[in-house]
Amino acid sequence: MELLTPGSGLIIWQAIIFLALILLLKKFAWGPIISSLKEREVGIEESLAAAEQAKSEMASLKSDNEKLLKEARLERDVMLKDALTTANKIKEEAREETSKISSKMIEDAKATIENEKKAALADIKTQVSLLSLDIAEKLLRKQLGNEKEQKALVDEFVKDLNLN
Amino acid sequence: MTEKPRLNKFKLLIVSLLTFVLLLANTANIFASDPVSDPEADQEEFNPSETIVHHVLDDHIWHFFDGHYGTLYLPVIVYSSEKGFDFFSSKNFYDDHHNMVEYKGYSLEHGLHIVGDGHGEHAEGGFLLDLSITKNVATLLINALILFLVFRAVANGYKKNHGKAPKGIQAVFEPLVIYLRDDVIKPNIGKGYEKYLPYLLTLFFFILFGNIIGLLPGAANMTGNIAVTLVLALFTFIITNVKGNKGYWGHILSPPGVPMALKPLIVLVEVIGIFTKPISLTVRLFVAITAGHIVMLSLISLAFIFGSIAVGAASSLIVLFINLIEILVAGIQAYVFTMFSALYIGMATAEHDEHH
Repeated sequence: MELLTPGSGLIIWQAIIFLALILLLKKFAWGPIISSLKEREVGIEESLAAAEQAKSEMASLKSDNEKLLKEARLERDVMLKDALTTANKIKEEAREETSKISSKMIEDAKATIENEKKAALADIKTQVSLLSLDIAEKLLRKQLGNEKEQKALVDEFVKDLNLN
Repeated sequence: MTEKPRLNKFKLLIVSLLTFVLLLANTANIFASDPVSDPEADQEEFNPSETIVHHVLDDHIWHFFDGHYGTLYLPVIVYSSEKGFDFFSSKNFYDDHHNMVEYKGYSLEHGLHIVGDGHGEHAEGGFLLDLSITKNVATLLINALILFLVFRAVANGYKKNHGKAPKGIQAVFEPLVIYLRDDVIKPNIGKGYEKYLPYLLTLFFFILFGNIIGLLPGAANMTGNIAVTLVLALFTFIITNVKGNKGYWGHILSPPGVPMALKPLIVLVEVIGIFTKPISLTVRLFVAITAGHIVMLSLISLAFIFGSIAVGAASSLIVLFINLIEILVAGIQAYVFTMFSALYIGMATAEHDEHH
């Protein structure tokens, strides 16, 4: 049957045309197409890898930053704490000093007051004694101005003596 | 912004309409009556099988439609052992009334073969080679030209849009090329697949374009011709056996794990297997494409057998549907041929680490 018998002329033509087509397309089409595709794929892969690397670098940078921040925060906390204790210490010392000074001053004042008091009392005593002496003298002078009165006094003394 | 989608829709509509018209025209064209037959042929009894076979076969003329300019007379190139090369138009085989005549001692038998010895007599044992540019050869050339222009344009797209996204025709074929490379050729061949890319890509697009061209009105059943599919299969056969490595031949000539007594039988089967592969490739494509054409022609023949317009309308609709299926088959057969070729090449070149 003709349908199933390949024509020899057609076989030859097909072989020639197909082979030529393969070679032509290889040179003018598949070569450039495949190399361009490959180039693009390599490019995409490289950019993806670069992006990935940038991402990981960014992440490490971020974690570094965070670490630094954390350290700084810790340091700040320590500094604050130190400052606080120092301030407290200073305050405490100042308070102690003040109380010491004030108590000393009070003591001094007390002592002075005591001394003054003593001095004043002594002075008063002297004054009183002097006054009494004056009074006594004046009394004596007035009472013993005459014989009778002198005698009465002596009598009285004597009476007192007798009583004793 | 809203203009563009509408324009695209419009384009799509135009394309669909054109496709529809072309498909209908195809069905109408097929049964435009033979230029070979004389005017009284219409009165002759309609012979569907003869008409159908005639339409799927090769021809020395290319008939598009009836009338004075509807037929293209293709050049005849013939070589005979006695007269050497001869070159003339196939119009010389037809007289003014489309009757077959002899020319330069050659004659077209059944409108297809050149017979004769160059002296008007049949000489026994005379060698004759018909190298005419037949309908199929012309289609081969057109197919090759289209392939070359299309893929050169695609390749130029890569130069023009270097470093940019693919555009236009480049964007149409790039996914196909990538699909073939990554999902058909690479997995079947494995390492070193790049070497076979030019052949297999050419093979795929040659068959695909050829199949689709074959569906156009008035076109030749080129990829449904056994000579064409045979040559394609022979290319795969040659590559497979030339590139076949030690493991491949070892498996054929000394199959491992087979008892000594069975070895001759298995080797025989394996050797036959070398040849059944290209035969299956040849026959599969030939049958798939030719069968599609025959089904369509048969359905249209119904209209002429029943002589009814209603049957014609119904069968035209069915043929339209089958034509769409044939477009699908065009892709599937191109894929299958390429896939099996890649598989055979892959089997012959695989590094045999595993032992069965």
